Amino acid sequence: MELVINGDRLEIPNKVETIYNLLQHFELEQKVVIVEWNDMILEKELHQETQLCDGDKIELVHFVGGG
Amino acid sequence: MLKIGTYEFNSRLLLGTGKYPNFDIQKEAVDVSGTQILTFSVRRMNVFEPSLPNFLEKLDLKKYVLLPNTAGAKTAKEAVRIAKLAKASGLCDMIKVEVIGCQKTLLPDPIETLNASEELLKEGFTVLPYTSDDVLLARRLEELGCHAIMPGASPIGSGQGIINPLNLSFIIEQANVPIIIDAGIGTPSDAAGAMELGADGVLLNTAVAGATDPVKMALAMKLAIEAGRLGFEAGRIPIKRYATASSPTEGMSIS
Repeated sequence: MELVINGDRLEIPNKVETIYNLLQHFELEQKVVIVEWNDMILEKELHQETQLCDGDKIELVHFVGGG
Repeated sequence: MLKIGTYEFNSRLLLGTGKYPNFDIQKEAVDVSGTQILTFSVRRMNVFEPSLPNFLEKLDLKKYVLLPNTAGAKTAKEAVRIAKLAKASGLCDMIKVEVIGCQKTLLPDPIETLNASEELLKEGFTVLPYTSDDVLLARRLEELGCHAIMPGASPIGSGQGIINPLNLSFIIEQANVPIIIDAGIGTPSDAAGAMELGADGVLLNTAVAGATDPVKMALAMKLAIEAGRLGFEAGRIPIKRYATASSPTEGMSIS
């Protein structure tokens, strides 16, 4: 499955079926990470149930230092 | 007591989290500053380096209210998106609206700032817009329902201090919500000066993070803000053109 993650086209194993699986794939499930899926911001509760499809556009963002 | 929306704070220092030499110095500076509000930015993750440390993980989040900013936004639409992303973390509902209109001066775009603030208020955020020292814009932002107004002292990161104390004093005088002086503070005396004008708080980042000794400067800023606030509450003496003696003029033993 090909996903567009933070602007890059990436090949992701097919066992990754949900947003939560994707976070696991990148070892991010324990981190403060905010997910935007096809321009829709997902509350954390929706990570498990949101199914991924080929070509989905994902933004993974977090907090960094700033003023 | 500083009250912003439904939040109450003992500290009047809001501290930024950018540009510290390292996480250890940053953590110590944050501790020493006594701040209860930390600002952050929202950025894309590097998914290929998940082990990359994040300062947030080193903090006891229960001790602080997080104030993410919308830095990077050039339009109201972008600012609203960043604010919603920040809120989706489940960690905060406060937002510093920062819509930059000029890359050289980093001055805020007043129209986009106003529009973004209006939209975010409708969405239920606690909204703190970073704005210029324009008096009427500050009034319009308050009329929208913003929970605090944050006029800049001078351009972000410039360390020029307060370049228009008159405008800031007009903004403070007319306001019924907290006025936080944000950006441009360079020294403890700048921060004290802002508080002496009657500001409710000061937001700074570079002045501490970029100091030779950030931890010592964090303490200096804490003390300066407390001193400035006390001085404001105590009420200064009027400025006179000529001297008035402090010692009694009667009973002198020399004729």
